[in-house]
Amino acid sequence: MTAGTGARRYHLGSTEIVYLALVGILVVAGVLVAVRGGNLFAQGNVSYMLTQTSLLGFVAVGQTLVVLCRSLDLSVGYVVALCSLIGATTMAGDPSRVWLGVVAALAVAAGVGLVNGLIISALRVNAFIATLGMGLIVKGFLDTRFKGPEGEVPFAFQTFGYTRIGPVPVSTIVMLLVAAAAFVLLTRTRAGYHMFAVGGNLDVARLSGVRTGRTLVLAHVLCSLCAGVAGLLIAARFGTGNALVYSYGLDLDSIAAVVLGGTLLFGGRGSVIGTVGGVAILAVLDTAFNVLDVNPFFKDVLRGVIIIAAVALYARRQIDPASRRVRFGAKGSASRGGDVA
Amino acid sequence: MTTGLSQETAQGTARGTARQWRERLLSGGSWTVLALLVVVLVVIVVINPSFAEPVSLMAFAKKAAPLVVLAVGQYFVIVSGEFDLSVGSLVGAQVVIAARLMDGDEALTWPVLALMLVFGLLVGLVNGLVTTLLRVPSFITTLGMMLVLFGAIRLWTGGAPTGALSESFRVLGRKGFPDVPGQFQVPYALLVALVVVGFAVLLMRRPFGRSLVAAGDNAVATAYSGAPVWWLRTRAFLLSSLLATVAAVLIGGFAGVTAQVGQGLEFMAITAVVLGGVALGGGRGTVVAAMVGALALEALFTLFNQLALPSTIRPAVQGVIIIVAVAYAARRRRT
Amino acid sequence: MRADDDAHTPVPDPVLRLRGVGKEFFGTSVLREIDLTLFPGQVHALVGENGAGKSTLMKVVAGVHRPDTGTIELDGAPVSFATPLDAQRAGVATVFQEFNLLPDRSVAENVYLGREPLRRGMVDRRRLHADTSRLLDDLGLTSITPWTRVGSLSVAQQQVVEIVKAVSYDARIISMDEPTAALAEQEVALLYELVGRLRDRGVAILYVSHRLQEIYDLADTITVLKDGNHMLTAPAAEVSPDRLVRTMVGRDFAGFFPDKPADTVSGELSGELSGELSGEVAGEVPGEVRLALEGAGNSMVDGIDLEVRAGEIVALAGLQGSGRTEIAHGVFGIAPFTRGRMTVDGQPVRVRTPRQGVRHRLALVTEDRKSEGLALGQSVLANARLVLDAVLPRASDRRARGVPGVLRSLAVPASTVASARDVEVQYLSGGNQQKVVLAKWLVTEPRVIVLDEPTRGIDVGAKRAVYDLMRTLTAEGTAVLLISSELPEVVAMADRVLVLRDGRVAGELPGGSDEETIMALATGAA
Repeated sequence: MTAGTGARRYHLGSTEIVYLALVGILVVAGVLVAVRGGNLFAQGNVSYMLTQTSLLGFVAVGQTLVVLCRSLDLSVGYVVALCSLIGATTMAGDPSRVWLGVVAALAVAAGVGLVNGLIISALRVNAFIATLGMGLIVKGFLDTRFKGPEGEVPFAFQTFGYTRIGPVPVSTIVMLLVAAAAFVLLTRTRAGYHMFAVGGNLDVARLSGVRTGRTLVLAHVLCSLCAGVAGLLIAARFGTGNALVYSYGLDLDSIAAVVLGGTLLFGGRGSVIGTVGGVAILAVLDTAFNVLDVNPFFKDVLRGVIIIAAVALYARRQIDPASRRVRFGAKGSASRGGDVA
Repeated sequence: MTTGLSQETAQGTARGTARQWRERLLSGGSWTVLALLVVVLVVIVVINPSFAEPVSLMAFAKKAAPLVVLAVGQYFVIVSGEFDLSVGSLVGAQVVIAARLMDGDEALTWPVLALMLVFGLLVGLVNGLVTTLLRVPSFITTLGMMLVLFGAIRLWTGGAPTGALSESFRVLGRKGFPDVPGQFQVPYALLVALVVVGFAVLLMRRPFGRSLVAAGDNAVATAYSGAPVWWLRTRAFLLSSLLATVAAVLIGGFAGVTAQVGQGLEFMAITAVVLGGVALGGGRGTVVAAMVGALALEALFTLFNQLALPSTIRPAVQGVIIIVAVAYAARRRRT
Repeated sequence: MRADDDAHTPVPDPVLRLRGVGKEFFGTSVLREIDLTLFPGQVHALVGENGAGKSTLMKVVAGVHRPDTGTIELDGAPVSFATPLDAQRAGVATVFQEFNLLPDRSVAENVYLGREPLRRGMVDRRRLHADTSRLLDDLGLTSITPWTRVGSLSVAQQQVVEIVKAVSYDARIISMDEPTAALAEQEVALLYELVGRLRDRGVAILYVSHRLQEIYDLADTITVLKDGNHMLTAPAAEVSPDRLVRTMVGRDFAGFFPDKPADTVSGELSGELSGELSGEVAGEVPGEVRLALEGAGNSMVDGIDLEVRAGEIVALAGLQGSGRTEIAHGVFGIAPFTRGRMTVDGQPVRVRTPRQGVRHRLALVTEDRKSEGLALGQSVLANARLVLDAVLPRASDRRARGVPGVLRSLAVPASTVASARDVEVQYLSGGNQQKVVLAKWLVTEPRVIVLDEPTRGIDVGAKRAVYDLMRTLTAEGTAVLLISSELPEVVAMADRVLVLRDGRVAGELPGGSDEETIMALATGAA
């Protein structure tokens, strides 16, 4: 409650911090692995790392858009599972139906996003409940309709899952392209500008003539589309669709990546570049744990701790020192005997 | 906005009373969910008349008791303006801990129960302090806690739960009074749930309860009235974890130990509370409404069983209920 | 009193004209028959006390409120704005007190939000920055760059960005609601310069301010409102500060305020006689010091010395933002003092949280009833016993039995008292809501009660109840610290008046000092 000391510190940008942290974690993990006689940067490890980034990357890039709008999407995990099944069953092993499968999966994803967006903006249900409820609905459908892996992905499409250029998987490149598209959206288009405005202050956005409902719905549609692409990637890797993908925890991981990437959970500030950094951090940790043969359940514990810690750290940073009014700061006042430390 | 005033003005004439009742039933509050519960129960009885027999009703009560207990715990947290998503995995963790530590040994029942109590309170304390003092939104805190518990328990047990619960541990969840097989009996679980509800009703009439609701309604005004809002909310999380521990004892006794124990229970509890008309964001709703919400949800699932719908449809139903209930409340607030 | 608008007809045509504008809220008329004419290239000051209707009038101009009666003409044609956005697009921009900017976005992004220039479907960032640069250059704002993040600007610069945004809509009319309220003294110059430049460009400016200095520095024309009525419109040069203050505050309040008990008598009888009187009748003359501050300060106020004695009402007067509320927050531990000493009944105390404040038997009736005083969805009873429940849970049930009596003594309607358990506070009138807030503190039997704008937005009957209560409290030996923008209230109720300016005590005046003197001290005109 007190407006603390008036001292101005130089603040590193969030994105710089993310990538510094990434480098730091790479170094520490590399040393740890080297001590155990391994090499974190061996080609196999690097391409595992990059493969890991792609799946979460798609989801997290989409999540960034909704979080920037001060919303959130907890249904992404279920959408990924749903789209893997829709893609795989529509393709049904027929190479000529690949595009049909892709279109069908993405259309369904967009539909889910549309409904999410409308429930939040038109029915004014808070985003957490709306997307949680939507996730449960999709889960109910998946559990009832699909008993196990279903559908068959033709070999031609499976290349999306496996092909590599050097150590770099195609899927990672596609993910980076999607991230680049989101970057352009946010920094070069009105829709992107308006997402920042909607998340920053809904009233200001509305008073400035921004169509806030439409912006929010667009963000949710794009978020679900990104999850849809992730679902197709799953289908390409497994060769079939699989409902159990929703238990991967992609919803929380994506939020963790977004928050780690310096995007405010309460919207209005952040970047896709940061999110990609956050995804990379999680992928490096994951790879290092694998190489070090850490118990997989330990990763769950760590994920929980990381997400709480990241949000707690950023909760401290988000109070803007400049926006506080201070009349008698540490500098100005004559009597500074009992000033708070 | 009309309920408060119209209840005063509409008294008297029969038509006024009818309108009053219609408003009550449509208001989205506790009367609405009670009506829903009655309708669902009637439909079940129409489909399957044997459901109305005391033995079936008691079986239903036994099955619903853990959810009632969890809903009451969740009620404390929600009415103070927060969420607790960690209760499901806490229930799972507690059952697994109990089984592994006592491993069927009767002598260890009480020490292990005491340990579970401490563990539950510890989880609640961490949830509460991280949310209130570190200012992490509670859904993130408790989702994180859910992951931590989930992972930690599997890490500890090596993936699959081991050990067994002692017989005396399972009495509360499984047995009833009088304890004669095949005869009518009042399940202990029902008694536990009633005690919990009674305790919660009393607590909400205490200064603590009123301050807690006020903090959910307007945290600033409550803090400016001298209440330590952070400690009020932390206590709500403690109560939630405590009752999750109680629910774990009932569920462990009722269903035994499996890897899936507790999964999805947090959403069930939240759905029940929301269905009871308790406002998300805090400040509105009663314990009894939360209990009725839990019974209505359990009754709905029973109805689906009667209709031979697959149990996998449950999450979808919960999803629809949770969205509709919150949207309905939002609609009410706008007018 | 009313000056004829046509008496000093200027050469250009008026750009905006309000005729006979009236506005009611819940049956209370806040504006009556207001005429206002704005000319291009003129700064038109709108002055009046709090509650005079300035803000409402501004909101009518801004398109936030629609007038119930009267017309608005823009360039001679009648207009009706459905939303503030409509008004803005028609060239009528408003800079409100609360900032309407996104702190995490750049200056340029804020200025052109919702109207970003496009080139082949993409935002043309070069043009965005160029356009903003041109605007800033035109207005001589060299210290601000288009790509600076708004959150990193000073408060004054942010205010300027808001004005730049208004200008970017090609606004021909800009209204500013106390634009200097949030600014430090050295920052005001920036605003002055900007207003001057806007005037030179032919923009009509409607300028709401309390500060006389500013009004005479900037305004060409002055309009005075009082209690929703149009009192005066005249060229600034023709209105002396004396007349201005008199027009703002003068009113007939005879008999409205309860008399000071014997105090006026003892004031008139001097020396030995009054000494005898005070010896005889307990509580009539201020007793021991209950609350004292010595050199108290924090980031918002500094060097505050203050004493309130038992049975005394001390008023804190001053403009919005002068530090009155901050002192209340400091005393009560909401934003604790970081310097100086505070004593209650002679005992040095440290109050770091409201809870500690309550424990020392202090009470604070906050300025904003709805967001800081009440849990609106809870019952009257629950609110009235909130402090007891929160701080004294063990005594709560016993002491809460006193709630109905306290409510009745505050003249809360019997039906409300009877249904206190069921009726939610949100359904009560403003006056009764305020009485519930008072009741919640009275049941704690405070030694010192701080009343921050206790009569704001409540009806006359409730005001009278608040005044009566203050007299009762002082008779019982409670110390009352009154914060009020309503000068008649301050004059009639206070035994002493501390006038604040810019976070410091500007001077102390005896009770009964006239409003002009207080206003002069508060505005710095003295």
